[in-house]
Amino acid sequence: MTDTTLNPAAVAPAKVVRRDIGLKRRYAAERRFKIYGITAIAIGLFFLVALLYSVISNGYTAFWQTEVSLSVKLDEKVIDPTNKRATDPTVLLTANYPILVRNALAEKLGVSLDDKPAIRELSKLVSDGSRSQLRELVAGNPALIGTTQTLWVLTGGDIDSAFKGQIDLSVDQANRKVSDRQVAWMNTLAKEGAMAQRFNSGLFTFGASSRPETSGLGVALIGSLYMMLIVLCLSLPIGVAASIYLEEYAKKSRLTDIIEVNINNLAAVPSIVFGLLGLAVFINFFGLPRSASLVGGLVLTLMTLPTIIIATRAALRAVPPSIRSAALGIGASKTQMVFHHVLPLAAPGILTGTIIGLAHALGETAPLLLIGMVAFVANYPVTPLDPSTALPVQIYMWANEAERAFVERTSGAIIVLLLFLAVMNIGAIILRRRFERRW
Amino acid sequence: MNLMTERSLEKAVNDKMSAQVNTIKMQGKDVTVHYGEKQALFGVSLDVPEKMVTALIGPSGCGKSTFLRSLNRMNDTIEGCKIGGKITLDDEDIYNPKIDVVELRARVGMVFQKPNPFPKSIFENVAYGPRIHGLAKNRHELEEIVEKSLRRASLFDEVKDRLHEAGTGLSGGQQQRLCIARAIAVSPEVILMDEPCSALDPIATAKVEELIDELRQNYTIVIVTHSMQQAARVSQRTAMFHLGNLVEVGDTEMMFTNPTEKRTQDYITGRFG
Repeated sequence: MTDTTLNPAAVAPAKVVRRDIGLKRRYAAERRFKIYGITAIAIGLFFLVALLYSVISNGYTAFWQTEVSLSVKLDEKVIDPTNKRATDPTVLLTANYPILVRNALAEKLGVSLDDKPAIRELSKLVSDGSRSQLRELVAGNPALIGTTQTLWVLTGGDIDSAFKGQIDLSVDQANRKVSDRQVAWMNTLAKEGAMAQRFNSGLFTFGASSRPETSGLGVALIGSLYMMLIVLCLSLPIGVAASIYLEEYAKKSRLTDIIEVNINNLAAVPSIVFGLLGLAVFINFFGLPRSASLVGGLVLTLMTLPTIIIATRAALRAVPPSIRSAALGIGASKTQMVFHHVLPLAAPGILTGTIIGLAHALGETAPLLLIGMVAFVANYPVTPLDPSTALPVQIYMWANEAERAFVERTSGAIIVLLLFLAVMNIGAIILRRRFERRW
Repeated sequence: MNLMTERSLEKAVNDKMSAQVNTIKMQGKDVTVHYGEKQALFGVSLDVPEKMVTALIGPSGCGKSTFLRSLNRMNDTIEGCKIGGKITLDDEDIYNPKIDVVELRARVGMVFQKPNPFPKSIFENVAYGPRIHGLAKNRHELEEIVEKSLRRASLFDEVKDRLHEAGTGLSGGQQQRLCIARAIAVSPEVILMDEPCSALDPIATAKVEELIDELRQNYTIVIVTHSMQQAARVSQRTAMFHLGNLVEVGDTEMMFTNPTEKRTQDYITGRFG
């Protein structure tokens, strides 16, 4: 019986009229949709690559800084002509160190110290930042006075740009910042190996400066770090507690509906409005200092809270009801149910939401401008109450500078910021994976 | 359905069985349940005798699960749910404000339709209840309780080598027996089972039914089931629900061979439901 029906030869070839059920049309629609999708992804990828290319190609040079190797004679006659340093240590702080560097450079290039115009051009070859470099060296170890030290000294910002080939030398020298003579010296030094590009550690350690070669992200990094810590310490507990209460304990009522709508609205409020709020409440009303990372952190906390609350509530809601019933069914109290079962299961989602909220806060600029974090801060902030800046604000400030060397620093700072964001997001993924594996 | 006939009927049945009916463990009197505007139970009065299996049967949406869930106040967790009438456990009103719902649920355990082990190890699943109720003084006692519970749920031999592996990695039937072990571990007096076999294959179902039959010696069991055969196989008493009313309750054997109510007969023979 089965044999006959299964054997095609035994079945008479019946003519079956197929109904037209629009298969061709359906497959065409599917193909079209796939093409739309691929196009959309391709457009997105294109812009991402374009963005990364422009930032990296502009910015990677910021991680190298041109420096000159000089044998600087720490001449006692210049540093401490009246020999008062034993009684008055400030002598070492106010000494005319740039002259020492200039003399060393003149000697190296064989320029006479009497040729004033040449000396003036020559002294522009090195950065004024050499003053603080030598000051720290000598003040830290006064015994070095009278000796000759071989040092790598920062070059000036324009020389740095010229050395990196960012200044068009075919332009008439009157119209560019680097003279032909300086270029010639530069080439001589480079040939000797005395001028070279070295890793720009100053980019991460210096504070604000009007000279590009001595300006860095140090203050901004510390400010951002303080703010992230404040945001994490405040918004995570507050946000999680609020979500747990709203999701697990609060009875549905008009009031909770209003709160829910408002939380969703807050998440959509433009960040600059939070800046104004911070200015009015934290600075004008509570009298907290301006430009302080504490205020920045508080403002960013307000901004991050709705994001964390929404993510946490979604994560709590995603925990299957069967787990709640199971816990209640064997006599767990509501709080035990939440903290023993629901919260651990929601943790990956909460963590992801928190890290995304933090990343968002790290890149936020507008509210910080309003509370005065757009400031020229040269010294490291010791506490969150000291003036500081933040990474994105530093980018904003550098983007307003005209020098070529600041352009590359702007892109360099963007790379640093993007790296931080990438690290945070990768961290979120790793944390989520780890938690999910445990359960 | 008028209440008078229902009452007298119930009384008649109870009288008939009184010789062999054990003491009454739980009792519902005129229980009504509203979900918001919708009324789900219309004055149900039902006795649950001790150390017997009482099966609640009836078509979908007839209120049998609702009644079951009001026995350990799981309905409290549903927003807008209102309960009227009286339910007692050992003659104590369980809806009395003095009664602690957490303690009640430790005395009246529950096994759900879909196996719902915690996403933790098998050991932790069973140990959780005793731990939160402080039933074990030390690790050793806890291990004893876990082993005893797993043995009672006839699961121990299958899982003894992997007690610390995830409970969610077990098969469906094993998971349901794990849930039963978890319920037993807190030494409840009553175990409520809400269609415990509906998500299981026939072999797993047979195992769970066998287990229910064994548990009867120590626990009072109320089971909601869709399967007539299951009710016939595992229960001693059967209550038939329809449209939020208790149609008939009585000795299982009698219910299936000689039901008093036409609706019961129709349902049992598959004419509706």
